[in-house]
Amino acid sequence: MKLDIVISGVGGQGSVLASRALARAAMESGLAVRTSEVIGMAQREGPVTSHIRMGDRLYGAIIPDRAADFLLGLELAETVRGLIKLKPGGTVIASLSAIVPVSVELGISKYDKDTLIQYLIEQNEKVFFLDLEELSRQSGHPRTGNAVMLGALSAFPGLPFKPEQLLRSLLSYLPQSLAEINRRAFEIGRRAVEVTLNDIN
Amino acid sequence: MSLKLLMGNEAIAYGAAEAGVQVACAYPGTPSSEILETLAALAREKGFYAEWSVNEKAALEVAAGASYAGARALAAMKQVGLNAASDPLMSLAYIGVKGGLVIVVADDPGPHSSQTEQDTRKFAQFAKLPVLDPATPAEAREMVKYAFELSENLLLPVILRPTTRTCHACQDIEFTDGAAPARPLTGFEKNQNWTIFPSLSARKHVWLNQQQEKARELFEKAEFNQLSIDSSNIGIIACGVSYNYVREALQLSGLKASVLKIGTPYPLPRGPVLELFRKAGKILVVEEQEPVVEDQVIALAWQNRLTVPISGKNDRTVPREGELNVDRVRAIIDKFCGREPAGPEAAPAPAPELPARPPVLCAGCPHRASFYIFKDAARGTDAVFTGDIGCYTLGAMAPLAAVDTCLCMGASITIATGLNRVEPDRRQVAFLGDSTFFHSGLTGLINAVYNSANITVVILDNCTTAMTGHQPHPGLKQTAMGPARTSVDIAGLVKACGVEYVRVVDPYDLKAARQAAEEALSRPGPSVVIMKRECATLAKKGRRRTINLKKCLNCSLCIGKLGCPAIRKGSGGPEISAKCFGCGVCAQICPAGAIEAAGQE
Repeated sequence: MKLDIVISGVGGQGSVLASRALARAAMESGLAVRTSEVIGMAQREGPVTSHIRMGDRLYGAIIPDRAADFLLGLELAETVRGLIKLKPGGTVIASLSAIVPVSVELGISKYDKDTLIQYLIEQNEKVFFLDLEELSRQSGHPRTGNAVMLGALSAFPGLPFKPEQLLRSLLSYLPQSLAEINRRAFEIGRRAVEVTLNDIN
Repeated sequence: MSLKLLMGNEAIAYGAAEAGVQVACAYPGTPSSEILETLAALAREKGFYAEWSVNEKAALEVAAGASYAGARALAAMKQVGLNAASDPLMSLAYIGVKGGLVIVVADDPGPHSSQTEQDTRKFAQFAKLPVLDPATPAEAREMVKYAFELSENLLLPVILRPTTRTCHACQDIEFTDGAAPARPLTGFEKNQNWTIFPSLSARKHVWLNQQQEKARELFEKAEFNQLSIDSSNIGIIACGVSYNYVREALQLSGLKASVLKIGTPYPLPRGPVLELFRKAGKILVVEEQEPVVEDQVIALAWQNRLTVPISGKNDRTVPREGELNVDRVRAIIDKFCGREPAGPEAAPAPAPELPARPPVLCAGCPHRASFYIFKDAARGTDAVFTGDIGCYTLGAMAPLAAVDTCLCMGASITIATGLNRVEPDRRQVAFLGDSTFFHSGLTGLINAVYNSANITVVILDNCTTAMTGHQPHPGLKQTAMGPARTSVDIAGLVKACGVEYVRVVDPYDLKAARQAAEEALSRPGPSVVIMKRECATLAKKGRRRTINLKKCLNCSLCIGKLGCPAIRKGSGGPEISAKCFGCGVCAQICPAGAIEAAGQE
């Protein structure tokens, strides 16, 4: 058993917390785990990539290029930036929500949402889009995108842990007061993918 | 027995606690900060002392004092911090220690959040101190325990040098719960050997050199160095995290090699290296940053009249800059073995243009207002803005572009002073944070006052050390271990240094703050403005602002002057998103009064 997952997003979206939740769920299933991320100048608004590796035998914490089984994209442009990590035939779960950087507002760079979506579809057989902004709003809190994303991942077959295990692991990192909202967000994400998966089958 | 998911920095802290550390000191710096954060959280329960020191020099000196009294002590910092602590470090090698003293210095190849890519192993070699280089968080924890023993064995400080990929990697680690054995304190014993005099240094230098060989012998048996022999002709020596990349690259490429894992890069043990020489027809040394292991391997080969070819950094097989990873190492090994480098299978089509996403000051960050105010107040003059290390270095980004220089911690004031000597008619404005002021700004301020520099110093007091994760400092009634009885008043301290013009203002109050800025800029001699407002990530949000498009002139000043991530161009005019912190600074610069508090008519 070996599973490599990459989460890409923007500082402040909770990708580091999501990576810890995944690692702990895998640990409970008896797998060795490694996670890695770089923090520092990118605390807020900068690009953040978290690597989560689980398996029987692991070396480093960084996933080689074109080796990840899943790419979880919490932000659209960052999903495209993270695509180099996904293995051929790997699965992308991508947020349709854009977090437009200040550089675009100042006219220094460009953010073309439609082109990015089109590119993701053309490059990947298995790409699932989520309206993360809308789905997290439905949960009752705008900042539950990471929980929605973990819920979405949990709907896929072949993971080394059950959805309940992943949810429990996520909640263990959160204060009790946020448990209900995150439980809901996780379910919303899970259902969103289940519907699509059923349509395919 | 329990299983924990621990970050490398947490693992180091747990290792120190398990080894019975009694005093732990640090100044925060990415990627090292979580070491003391974790130790501080454990301190009361485990009965040891932990502090955030004002800088790394202070941290090492406090730890050294504790060690003189027989305690096990730890000082943690990032690689650049060791530069500040280098003065005590070099002398401490000669003086030696009593209780185990471990210096954890986190290196940042890449560099992801540092001013330099310097290699602490070189510093260890320079200071003649043994250094350990962990490959994983679990190994880092074991190395800390070993390092305390080694330090007491050799009577020398020992350096543990993890890199970002160990500090900020997480791993499942097994624990046997149980308290560290209590270590009786022997106390400080007066002795001439604690006082460094030239005659003592001369004697101790001989001893220090002898300890190098003693350390090397101990490392011969250290479990952190492991040789695995393969029938292949290829030999690879890998140090620290590079070992992981080598193992995984071999697995991916299917190539065979004998691999020597080195966890003790200086002084390098000879036995396992010579054994590898006997087995391999050619050798590749893989390590990040400088050729510390490689140069020692080459010297060893020469001393032993061995002619086995050695590749690495000296023949440019391995890059000397930047961080390694599996892909880079795989390409290196392929090339070394005479294989075509494996290209990525089915390379993806080139991605469309992606937006640049440089780090920016947060929505509501008080520093944004401070930079805006000083830029505005200095408009029309050719004032130079010298910057420093902290969140506010991001003031260099567009559209503020308010940082003209940045060198190292505390240098904003001294660089401004130096510029002022050459260009006395130009105004120099130095910006630095509250924690940085205590770290090493104060000395520069005293120097500026004493030598009558015509500069303005702006202390951006956001009541925390924000960039590294909100550690406390002497200006707050808070220490690493909890509430403090007293704090140091920055304004009072500045006045006591002899600065005549000192003002404390709220940067959210643009009018009052601008007046203080103008006065400070027009005064001769050094003037100080303290821009005091709590960090936006710690403070409670204010009332959200919205833009009344009926009043909006669409002049784009709010976007073009502030660069706040909460303001964006909408289809009908500028919009304020849910990220708005409610600082109200944009409302104060809007010429049409179109920015209102949400809910207001």
